[in-house]
Amino acid sequence: MDKEVLRAHHDLGGAAKFMCEPVDTAPHGLTAFDREVDALRQMLAARTLMSVDELRRGIEAIPEAEYHRLSYYQRWIRSITEHLLRQGVITETELQAALGSA
Amino acid sequence: MFMAGETVRVKNEWPETSGPVHIRTPHYVRGVVGQVVRRLGEFPNPEDLAFARPAERKPLYHVRFRKGAIWAEANPDDELLIEIFGHWLERP
Repeated sequence: MDKEVLRAHHDLGGAAKFMCEPVDTAPHGLTAFDREVDALRQMLAARTLMSVDELRRGIEAIPEAEYHRLSYYQRWIRSITEHLLRQGVITETELQAALGSA
Repeated sequence: MFMAGETVRVKNEWPETSGPVHIRTPHYVRGVVGQVVRRLGEFPNPEDLAFARPAERKPLYHVRFRKGAIWAEANPDDELLIEIFGHWLERP
């Protein structure tokens, strides 16, 4: 059975195409954006608005090309945003207004 | 329920091919035979938590595999120890 075909695109561990690339072991610090996204996720969890499992499901639902283009915390904010819109915690209008004023 | 030392096989199932799911069993151990090392306890099923459904507590196990059973190019004597939920295991 060809597991390379069946695996979901986020299920990267042990996939041959990623075993041929050198691993970037250089230390890379968190940006202000990274910290803000992390804090937001913790706040949503504390208010039981989003679990870590829901976060992961949302990340795994990001289309493949976009998934590989986004950074780690960009995937998080993408998952968080989709979830909050779907749950009605925020509206598209509120989101656009907030982005426009940023 | 599986006991320490018991030989198990990870189910060769691919639910991700038939709709939105969240599963924590990596693709590379599906269908592979390993050995139960220990039972780690029971935890709410993440497959349900991911969709905010009521989540039954499921037993989680440490399962050990020979790397040679997974990757042809691996040192066959190396081992992989991984956490797998009991509902993904079967007796071969």
